[in-house]
Amino acid sequence: MSGATGTTRTADTGFTAGRTGARLAELRAEGRGALVGYLPVGYPTVERSIEAARTMVEAGADVIEIGVPYTDPVMDGPTVQRAVEAALEGGTRVRDVFRLVSAVADLGVPALVMTYWNPVLRYGPDAFARDLAQAGGAGLITPDLIPDEADAWLAASDAHDLDRVFLVAPSSTPERLAATSAASRGFVYAASTMGVTGERTTLGGGAERLVAATRDAGAEHVCVGLGISTGAQAAEVGRFADGVIVGSALVRTLLDDAPFAQQLEALSGLTAQLADGVRSARSGA
Amino acid sequence: MTDPTNDPEARPVADHDESLQHTHGPYYGDFGGRFVPEALIAALDELDVEYRRAVADPEFRAELDRLQREYTGRPSPLTEVPRFAEHAGGVRVFLKREDLNHTGSHKINNVLGQALLVKRMGKRRVIAETGAGQHGVATATAAALLDLECVVYMGEEDTERQALNVARMRLLGATVVPVKLGSRTLKDAINEALRDWVANVDDTHYLLGTVTGPHPFPEMVREFHKVIGQEAREQVLDRAGRLPDVVVACVGGGSNALGIFNAFLDDDVRLLGLEAGGDGVDTGRHSARFSGGAPGVLHGARSYLLQDEDGQTLPSHSVSAGLDYPSVSPIHAWLHDTGRAEYRPVTDAEAMEAFRLLCRTEGIIPAIESAHALAGALVVGRELAASGKDDAVVLVNLSGRGDKDVATAARWFDVVDEQDIAKAATTEGSSL
Repeated sequence: MSGATGTTRTADTGFTAGRTGARLAELRAEGRGALVGYLPVGYPTVERSIEAARTMVEAGADVIEIGVPYTDPVMDGPTVQRAVEAALEGGTRVRDVFRLVSAVADLGVPALVMTYWNPVLRYGPDAFARDLAQAGGAGLITPDLIPDEADAWLAASDAHDLDRVFLVAPSSTPERLAATSAASRGFVYAASTMGVTGERTTLGGGAERLVAATRDAGAEHVCVGLGISTGAQAAEVGRFADGVIVGSALVRTLLDDAPFAQQLEALSGLTAQLADGVRSARSGA
Repeated sequence: MTDPTNDPEARPVADHDESLQHTHGPYYGDFGGRFVPEALIAALDELDVEYRRAVADPEFRAELDRLQREYTGRPSPLTEVPRFAEHAGGVRVFLKREDLNHTGSHKINNVLGQALLVKRMGKRRVIAETGAGQHGVATATAAALLDLECVVYMGEEDTERQALNVARMRLLGATVVPVKLGSRTLKDAINEALRDWVANVDDTHYLLGTVTGPHPFPEMVREFHKVIGQEAREQVLDRAGRLPDVVVACVGGGSNALGIFNAFLDDDVRLLGLEAGGDGVDTGRHSARFSGGAPGVLHGARSYLLQDEDGQTLPSHSVSAGLDYPSVSPIHAWLHDTGRAEYRPVTDAEAMEAFRLLCRTEGIIPAIESAHALAGALVVGRELAASGKDDAVVLVNLSGRGDKDVATAARWFDVVDEQDIAKAATTEGSSL
């Protein structure tokens, strides 16, 4: 588990690279960015979400982002909403996320949990951090928690040595890019466009500018998410970002009526295509 | 030294002077904040600055005052209701008649304030959420008046229950989008409005309808509704010769309650908020956040919240669509925890009994939301009388009129054949 090394701190900016950051640094040395694949726990069932995550790792995902199903996912578009709604209807509990984290960590891949804040608040931020660390998790991505409101999470993630991935957006001011970069550990999540999760045909030039601005503001690693669904898009983003985050497109392979084995095949195929994209991005092509 | 009231940027943000009336966000005790995606922070910061500048600008205030007077019909009257009061232990009961405002409720106060602010900010599109349709109708109205594009998100279940308000909004030129995800009610309409706002924040303002959400919404919406209490305080002093003993209001998100409470926060006056108790708090089918919920985060603010042990939002229930919401204003949460205001649940049955009583004794058909406040007034009036204070003065915010609730009430009291209601609604709908 070379990814799970300790925390390193770059003295001049205050930005720190946790366990995900160490993996991103390794991949950078190899001349490529990471493929970060998202799936919600409990869709279609907890067991099957574990199988799906394993499939993604085998097909080339470098980091797994595990979503905690939540009743009010305001940063998610229809695809992820449908999956998390089904997961909740199926009786998925917040604590189920630790089973999936543990399964992913056993494969030697950083497991980040993507969660809205209230489930963590209800669980208790320190208790959640403790149980996440115990399961081998790398940290949290928090779409509705900005560093300004995150005192409890900053303390808990320090106490349990966890990554904390905050988001930046095209609308973020230079001051906020700097503050968010300083508060983040692992990487900074750059939202490629203004909007919610979901597939988009074009990404525009905003993502590259945002990554550059976030690096200028002190971030060591910046990964890009929102709207990426094809190998070509992954290659485009992988050229300038430390990681390419894909969610809705992967989730969609599990949303149709096909038998699960067939869905896994589609998931594997798309993951491989995205992984190829990321790997070819800086090969001088 | 600059006068802080004339220099908005010099005003403290997280601090407050001695008066509880001017408490500034983002925090009210342990409550409030900005629990939203980073993408919205720049817009919230801009809104905060523009709002402070606007309310300190005499021209803005004059224009808002003019609209309130000439368009809304302010000041709204104060009506004493002696026949109703006979059922409230014989105390004196006064109603603040927000039901007589243009569009039929207090909602227009906030909508006009925010819509003028939108013009000032140079945005041309507004979005809003609505449950029963009152805030949606008010927003569509202001958008028509001020030439703004308007999109209203409404849970699909609510669009079916409130078909006439959907038609009303469309007549006013608004686009109504039925929300088909989640529980298909107000909570999900807010989720969808937030998603729209994240994607279109450059040219769009989210015209939030109540005193909750991320800072500066609670403070700003309070500002635009505080006129209710300012007027009522003067009117009661004039008519009763003294301050009321108790001020009573229903609390959904909490805008009408805060609007009337605010002017009395520094007085020795009891403040009583009534939440929707639905079938009864012990049945689990209610919207009583204070007696049946716990602190948590929803829609941008930390407040009291109906939630399960995993922090998942629980569905709320009420006969009144306007009170059917699982969270509540962080300012009310703060007033609750500090003990400055008290909050009690009123069941559907108690509210409907008070509804019937006001219709029959005073010839006023209240909104079912406001009927919860009336039910609270009946209880507190009897309590006051029982403790020997039968000369007590109770002030009730009659936040809206009941036209929109006629079908629900007719069904509740079984005064019209079910099929006739459906037929009447269809005929009325098509003739619109």
